[in-house]
Amino acid sequence: MTLIKFKLNGIDCEIESDPSLRLLDVLRNHFKLTGPKEGCGEGECGACAVLLDGKIVNSCITPLANVHMKEVTTIEGYRETNKYQVLKEAMEFENGFQCGICTPGMMIAAESLLSKNPHPTEEEVRIGISGNLCRCTGYNMIVKAVLRASKKGEGIW
Amino acid sequence: MKDISTSIPKMDADDKISGRALYVDDYPFDDLYHAKTLRSTKAKAKIKNIHIPELPDDYFVVDKFDVPHSNVVKMIFEDWPVFANDIVNYIGEPILLICGRDKTIIDSILNQIIVEYEDLEPTFHYVKSVIHKGFVKGDLNQAFQEAIHLIEYTYETGYQEQAYIEPQGFVAYLEDENKVTLIGSMQCPYYVKNAVIDTLGCKEDEVRVIQPAVGGAFGGKEEFPSVMACQLAVAVKKIKHPIKMIYEREEDMLVTTKRHPSKIILKASIDMLNHITGIKAHVSLDSGAYIGLSGVVLSRAMIAVTDAYTINHLDVTGDVYETNTVPNGAFRGFGAPQMIFAIEMFMNHIAKKLKVNPLQFRLEHLAHQGDLTSTSGVFRDPIIMKPMIEKAMEISGYQEKYQKNEQNNNFKGIGMSWFLHGCGFTGSGESKHIHAKVKLRKDEHDHIYLLVAAVDMGQGAKTSLSKIVAQTLELPMSDVSFDYPDTDFITDSGPTVASRTTMIVGGLLARAAQQMKDTWKPHEEMVVTMNYEQPDYIVWDEDTLRGDAYPAYSWGVNIVEVEVSPITYQVTIKNIWSVYDIGKAIDEKMALGQADGGISQGVAYGYLEVMEHKQGKIRQKNMTDYIIPTSVDMANTKTVIMDNPYALGPYGAKGIGELTLVGGAPAVALAIEQAIKREVHQIPATPEYIMELMNHDID
Repeated sequence: MTLIKFKLNGIDCEIESDPSLRLLDVLRNHFKLTGPKEGCGEGECGACAVLLDGKIVNSCITPLANVHMKEVTTIEGYRETNKYQVLKEAMEFENGFQCGICTPGMMIAAESLLSKNPHPTEEEVRIGISGNLCRCTGYNMIVKAVLRASKKGEGIW
Repeated sequence: MKDISTSIPKMDADDKISGRALYVDDYPFDDLYHAKTLRSTKAKAKIKNIHIPELPDDYFVVDKFDVPHSNVVKMIFEDWPVFANDIVNYIGEPILLICGRDKTIIDSILNQIIVEYEDLEPTFHYVKSVIHKGFVKGDLNQAFQEAIHLIEYTYETGYQEQAYIEPQGFVAYLEDENKVTLIGSMQCPYYVKNAVIDTLGCKEDEVRVIQPAVGGAFGGKEEFPSVMACQLAVAVKKIKHPIKMIYEREEDMLVTTKRHPSKIILKASIDMLNHITGIKAHVSLDSGAYIGLSGVVLSRAMIAVTDAYTINHLDVTGDVYETNTVPNGAFRGFGAPQMIFAIEMFMNHIAKKLKVNPLQFRLEHLAHQGDLTSTSGVFRDPIIMKPMIEKAMEISGYQEKYQKNEQNNNFKGIGMSWFLHGCGFTGSGESKHIHAKVKLRKDEHDHIYLLVAAVDMGQGAKTSLSKIVAQTLELPMSDVSFDYPDTDFITDSGPTVASRTTMIVGGLLARAAQQMKDTWKPHEEMVVTMNYEQPDYIVWDEDTLRGDAYPAYSWGVNIVEVEVSPITYQVTIKNIWSVYDIGKAIDEKMALGQADGGISQGVAYGYLEVMEHKQGKIRQKNMTDYIIPTSVDMANTKTVIMDNPYALGPYGAKGIGELTLVGGAPAVALAIEQAIKREVHQIPATPEYIMELMNHDID
């Protein structure tokens, strides 16, 4: 057991726990944050993606120890931001989601991309979200949504 | 009134984008037990003994001896055990569950169980036919006797995994001593409910099935959820404690149903005008260890034999072969993708053999309104394939690109597929087996509730069905609610399969809404129900497979442009164009979403997605080795929807879901064929297969 301290969705947290636990399990079971989903459990599909100090990581292959003294943002935290609102409106407008299971992870991937590159080209968007699998949409509407958000949210990223 | 196709925001946008939507794994429960499955490690063997270690307190074994009534999962063909009987028939067959509070303790118990087997000889090939079907049209013998040429080809297709991103799962609990409630990821709440009633041998009101948000299904959650639900229902009855069973990806990939591998032999008779007079066809499907839905999948494959063409003389047979592999089942397209691949390649291969222009050759065989279908039914409604094909060629620059690629060895190719998809259940499925019923309720505040079993698994059924009702009643969307199905409150409008939801369920809801409007009593509670009735003119003989196999058909054209690396033979998809006749889009953007997702799966089936087994063991067990397209693999799509309203569909709508998948594989295979100047006879056309083809000289 180790004391892990980190900031979760803007709030300081401490958890006395096995540091090798998967971050995904800690988020879902301990903190009851069910936005991150388990799609594959091996870092391939991105449904469990969260931001770790602003960069995307797959929480299913991130040990809890890795977040010590860092900042974790899940969709539950991200959805309280203005950036989320812009991205959400774009996703809604373009129908960038269908079954929705990949969507929280996709939003995190889009945020991670736009925060680094506020004006991506289509190709850059495709590469930026390529770590997140979606089986429903064929991706085009998601790509369009990210491009739309980048335009509509001029200046906020 | 607004054109219904004008897009509106989807009703579940807020919930799903924000991560608030609850999937089965997200439901909050205190003190859940978990269940994990002990599975066969043998492709075929007799179970001689099972040694179970002493169990800690509050850990339980659940197996066939706990099944109160029937150890068979009730689905179309009832041969699939809830728990293995004395003989296991595939690697991964469930033998028993271990249930308890802690997953690691469950794992440790599973690891200690020793199963003694006596090996039996497994089968992995097309040898043991368990279902045989056939139908004829015209007089094929005469056509073959009078033929100038007889041309035969064989086509093979592999497995395809649905690869929904949310693995399968259920939670079960007892509401009271007798009542089992199941929450699970599924397409067909009543399939699950009826299967559980049969397994438990209980009364209808003793099983309740609740659908949460479903994270993708694509047919994979048509019949398989009944297997899990029956097991968990037996467990919860025994243990009397809430239990959750969610598969991890590896288990899901190894044991859930997949698209049937197939082998299709086509032989055509050609007359002196280079016209096909007849086709003899045989379809082999690998059902895996249990039949399940395979017979119905076979029917759809066989009936699709002439695709979008009219051929006067046919002799079509098919067999479902049992093998000692994981059972195969429903997957978007349901037998049609295999056959449409085969026939589209065949048409092109015949044209090449006859040295005639493939486009011209195919156009000369195109089906027209009034023609007889493969099963001697009638194409009653207008067919607009000619203008659709012209549109697709225009937006893609097909002719010019095709000519250029033909003349160059530039490893570039463009391929075009034409296809149709029968909407709704095959044959008398709707009228004899499903008996769909919908219910609309209005409360005293004039708020409308849709009480149907249609599952929104991403396709947008929530929004599209609500939109049909709102538009008919001339009410704003905010006056209409459609909660996820809960069998305690809804009627059985049938399973969410077979491209039937918009056309059949939507059609019934439109009629119910119209009746409510006609008899509208403000500020009073009203309930309107509506039952499915087959139009009189639809006649189908299930024994001879003769008549109208479907009430209506949707049609499509796909064009795919590829580049093949001359060094690695890696295929890159450059562009995709599609034109569809779905009658009328209930919501244009949602229809385009279906189009994008469908073609992505269809094209990937043709060149990318590889699944194989070795001696009955599936070799791809996760998303790392079963490759589905990423955003980088998928190309831009351009899709045009052409209106051709169907009189009996709501606002003219026909089916859409499966149509958008079935043409993908032949379009990409034809494009690859042109790029490498070799004939493709099997999918997926992987770099390995292409290399094999390249090592052979051109015929």
